Amino acid sequence: MDNLLSIITFLPLLAALIMAFFLRGDDMDAQKNAKWLALLATGATFLISLLLLVGFDAADTGFQFVEEKAWILGLSYRMGVDGISILFVLLTTFLMPLVILACWDVTHRVKEYMIAFLVLETLMIGVFCALDLVLFYLFFEAGLIPMFLIIGIWGGKDRIYAAFKFFLYTFIGSVLMLVAMIAMYLDAGTTDMAQLLAHEFSSETISLFGWQIFGGMQTLLWLAFFASFAVKMPMWPVHTWLPDAHVQAPTAGSVVLAAILLKMGGYGFLRFSLPMFPVASDIMAPFVLWLSAIAIVYTSLVALVQEDMKKLIAYSSVAHMGYVTMGIFAANQQGVDGAIFQMISHGFVSGALFLCVGVIYDRMHTREIDAYGGLVNRMPAYALIFMLFTMANVGLPGTSGFVGEFLTLMGVFQVNTWIAVVATSGVILSAAYALWLYRRVVFGDLIKESLKSITDMTRRERAIFAPLVVMTLLLGVYPSLVTDMIGPSVENLVSQYNLATLDSAAATQVAQH
Amino acid sequence: MISADIAIVLPEVFLAVYAMAALLYAVYTTKDKAAPALLWATAAVFAAVAIWIGLSGGPVQTAFGGAFVDDGFARFSKVVILLSASAVLLMSEGYLAKRDLLRFEYPVLIVLAVVGMMMMVSAGDLMALYMGLELQSLALYVVASLRRDSVKSTEAGLKYFVLGALSSGLLLYGASLTYGFAGTTLFSGIVQTAQGGQLPLGLLFGLAFIAAGLAFKVSAVPFHMWTPDVYEGSPTPVTAFFATAPKVAAMGLFARVVHDAFGGAVGDWSQIIALLSVASMFLGAIAAIGQTNIKRLMAYSSIAHMGFALMGLASGTEAGVQAMLIYMAIYVTMNIGTFAFIIGMEKDGRPVRDIRALSLYSKTDPTGALALLVLMFSLAGVPPMVGFFGKLSVLAAAVDGGLAWLAVAGVIASVIGAFYYLRIVYFMYFGEETEALDKNGSPILWIFLMGSAAAMVFGVFNLFGVDTAAALAAETLVR
Repeated sequence: MDNLLSIITFLPLLAALIMAFFLRGDDMDAQKNAKWLALLATGATFLISLLLLVGFDAADTGFQFVEEKAWILGLSYRMGVDGISILFVLLTTFLMPLVILACWDVTHRVKEYMIAFLVLETLMIGVFCALDLVLFYLFFEAGLIPMFLIIGIWGGKDRIYAAFKFFLYTFIGSVLMLVAMIAMYLDAGTTDMAQLLAHEFSSETISLFGWQIFGGMQTLLWLAFFASFAVKMPMWPVHTWLPDAHVQAPTAGSVVLAAILLKMGGYGFLRFSLPMFPVASDIMAPFVLWLSAIAIVYTSLVALVQEDMKKLIAYSSVAHMGYVTMGIFAANQQGVDGAIFQMISHGFVSGALFLCVGVIYDRMHTREIDAYGGLVNRMPAYALIFMLFTMANVGLPGTSGFVGEFLTLMGVFQVNTWIAVVATSGVILSAAYALWLYRRVVFGDLIKESLKSITDMTRRERAIFAPLVVMTLLLGVYPSLVTDMIGPSVENLVSQYNLATLDSAAATQVAQH
Repeated sequence: MISADIAIVLPEVFLAVYAMAALLYAVYTTKDKAAPALLWATAAVFAAVAIWIGLSGGPVQTAFGGAFVDDGFARFSKVVILLSASAVLLMSEGYLAKRDLLRFEYPVLIVLAVVGMMMMVSAGDLMALYMGLELQSLALYVVASLRRDSVKSTEAGLKYFVLGALSSGLLLYGASLTYGFAGTTLFSGIVQTAQGGQLPLGLLFGLAFIAAGLAFKVSAVPFHMWTPDVYEGSPTPVTAFFATAPKVAAMGLFARVVHDAFGGAVGDWSQIIALLSVASMFLGAIAAIGQTNIKRLMAYSSIAHMGFALMGLASGTEAGVQAMLIYMAIYVTMNIGTFAFIIGMEKDGRPVRDIRALSLYSKTDPTGALALLVLMFSLAGVPPMVGFFGKLSVLAAAVDGGLAWLAVAGVIASVIGAFYYLRIVYFMYFGEETEALDKNGSPILWIFLMGSAAAMVFGVFNLFGVDTAAALAAETLVR
C-alpha cells in the first residue's frame, strides 16, 4: 500500500464524481441512492484509514506513508503523516459517516449536498496529509468553496450574510499566509515541509519602515501564518465569523465546522508556527497566551447570555479553542499533548452537541432556548445523551474533555501562573453556561403546548451518537490511547523548539556583551 | 536578404493577404451572405496559423534590420492571440446572426486586428511598434461600433477612438523623445544608450510616455476609464474579443518594450509598473462591487487582472515574464468561458445583462451554473482552480523581485475582488426565485463554457504544459 494516504484522501472525491456524473434525477430513489453512496464512501474511507493505525509506528518521529510525485511550477505532490497529524486524519474519517447520517432527513437538493460533503472530506483529509506548502494551501483554501455553498444553500434565514462573512474572513487570513509561503520558498529553496522543518529561518532583528522587528524574518512569517490560523481557529478577537456561520449552517455543516475545520488552525500552529519559527513563537508566546486567556473568560461570559442554542455552543467552542492555543504556545510536553488531546476531544464533544441541537431542531424548527423546557419528560434517552456531552463540555473527569483541559492548564502553569489562574476560572464559567443551558432545555415541567407531542430519538439518531459516546468515555478513562501515539512526535517537536530558542537566547546574550 | 525577411514574417503576410482576398471575395460575390462561411474559414485559418507558429521552433530571428523579431516570446504570445481570436469568432456567429449584425466585414476586421497584434508582440523598433498598434486599434474601433443603429455601440466606438487617439499621441510623443535622446528607433540601439542602470532624463520621459500609452491599451489604472463603457456598449462577442486577444498583445508589447528597449534600467520602469499594478488591482476590485451589469463587472474584473499581470512584469526578472505569460494564458481561457456564458444569457430571445437575472440559475441549468461557478472561483484565484496558479506565479515573481509589499497589496485586493465573484455564485445558487433565464441553447457556446471550466479544474494536474512553454518564451525575451 504505497499510496494509502492518496486512496484515503481521494476516495470521497471519486464517490462525488460518480454521483455527479452517473446519478440522474431528483426523485426519492435518486435521493436515497445519493445518501447511501455517500455513506458507503465515507464508511469505506474510515475503514481504510484504520490501516493507518496498523502500519503506524509511533516511535518514529519522522513522516510515514510518504508519497512523492513531481507536480507543476517546481512544486511536488507530497503526502505523509506523523504523530501530530495522524489522529486528525482519523478524526475526520471517523466523523464523516456520522455527518452523512445526520443529514439523512434533508430533502432539498440532496445530491448536491452529498457531493459538497464528500468534496469537503477530501479537502480536509488533504490538509492534514499534505507535505508540500502549496499543496497544503490548496487543500486548506479549497475547503472554503464547499463550506460556502453548504452554508449558503442549505443554511438558515441569514445564511447569505453568514456565508459571505465566513468566506471573506477566512480568505483574507489565508492569502497573507500565501505570501509568507512564497517568501519561505524563496528563502529555503524548497516547498517540502520536511526540509522546511529542518531549515533555519533568519531571526536577525531587522528594521522595517523605522520599526525594529525582533525575530526578523521569522516574526514576519509567523505573523502572516498567525493571521490565517487565528481566524480559522478562531481566536478572540477574530472569532466573530464563527457564531454567525454556526447558527446559519445546517446541522451537519455545523458539525463539520466545529469538529474538523476549526482543528486546521491548531494543526497549522503545530505544523508551521512552532517548529518552523521557534524564535518568533517564543517572542510572541506571551501575546498568544494572553489572547487565549481572554478568549476563555470573555467568550464564556458571552455564552452565558446567549438565547440561541447553537450560538451558545459556538461561543463555547471559541473558549475551548482558547485552551488549545494556550497549550500549544506553552510549548512544553504537557501543553502540546493537552492541546492535541483537547482538539480530538472537542471534535467528538462539540460535534455531538451540535447534533443534539439538530435533534430537537428537526422536531421543533427553532433553536431558541426559551422554546424548550422539560424535555426529559418525553425524551429520556435524549436527556441522557445530552447530559453526557454537556458534562464532557464542562470537563468532568471521566470524560475526554477533562484530560485536555487539565493537561493544557498544567502546561501553561509551568510557563505563566497568572494565565493559568485566569484560564482556570473559565472552567467554572463553562460549567455555568453549559449546566444552565441543560437545565433550561431539559429540566423543569413540560408546560409548552408545542412540546407535548415531541418524540424521543429514533434508532438512526441513537446510532449516530453511540460511537461518539463510546469515544468520549473511552478517551476520558484511557487517555494514553492518544498520548502514546502523539507522545514521541510531540517530544521531538518540543525538544527541537527548546533547542532553537536556547540557541537564539545564547546568541542574543553574546551580541549584548 | 529580402526573401529571408519575408520568410520570417510569412505568417503575418499570409494573414494580411488572406484578409484582402476575403474582402475582395465578399465584395464581388454575395456580400453579407458570405459572412458565416467567411467567419468559419477565418477561425480555421487562425487555428491553422497558430499550429504553424506553435510548431515552428528555431533560434531568435530578426527581419528588416531588426524591426521585426521572431523569438519564443513572440511565438507564445501569437499562439495565445490566434487561438483566443479563433474561439471568439466561433462564439460570435450565433449571436450576431440572430441580431442581423453578421456582416462580412466583421471577420475581415478581426483578421486585420490580429495581424496588428502579431506585429506588436514581434516589434523590434518603435516604428514597427506603432504600426502594429494602430493597425490593431483602428480595426477594433470599427468593430466596437458594429451595431451602427445603437447609440451605446456608436458611443463605445467613438469613445474608444478618441481616447485611443489620445493615448497614441502620448505614445508617439514618448517615442519621439526616445528617438531624440537615443538617436535610433531600434530597440537594440536604445537598450545600449539605456545601459548602466541610470537613464538620461529625456529617455526617462520617453519611457514614461510610452508606458502611459501602453497602459491605456492594457486598461491599467489611471488609463482605464474607457474600459467599462466600451465593454458595455459593444456587442457582447466583440466585448469578449476586447477582453482577450488585444490584452495579450498589449501585455506582450509592454514586456517587449521594457525588456528589449529599456532592459538596462529595470529599476526605473519597475516602479512605474508597480504603481500601475497596485492601482489597477485595487480599483478593479473595489469599483466592480457596485456593478449590476455583468459586462461592466467583467470590465473591472479585467482591469484587476491586468494589475496582476503587471505585477509579474514589475518584478523585472525572467521569472516575472514567465509568470505574466502564464497569467495571461489562464486569464484568456477563463474569459472565453465566462463570455461564452454571457453571450448566451437571454430571456425570451433578448439579451439580459443584469446579474440579478441569474437568480437560481442553478435550477434551470445545473451544469452551466456549475461551470460558471468554477470560472468565478478561478477568477477569484481560489485553489484548486487554475486561476490560483496564475496568481501564485506572479506573486512568487514579485516577492522574488523584492516587491513583497506589492504582493501583499495584491492578495488584499484579491480578497476584495473575491466579493463580486462570490456575488454571482450567490445569485445563481442562493438567490430568490425570479423569472428564469432561458437555458443556454447554442452548442458552440456550451462547448466553450464547458471546455474553459474543465481546463480550470483539470489544469491542476499539469497546467497543460503552459508553464514550461512560458518559461522557454521568457528565456528568449530576458537575456
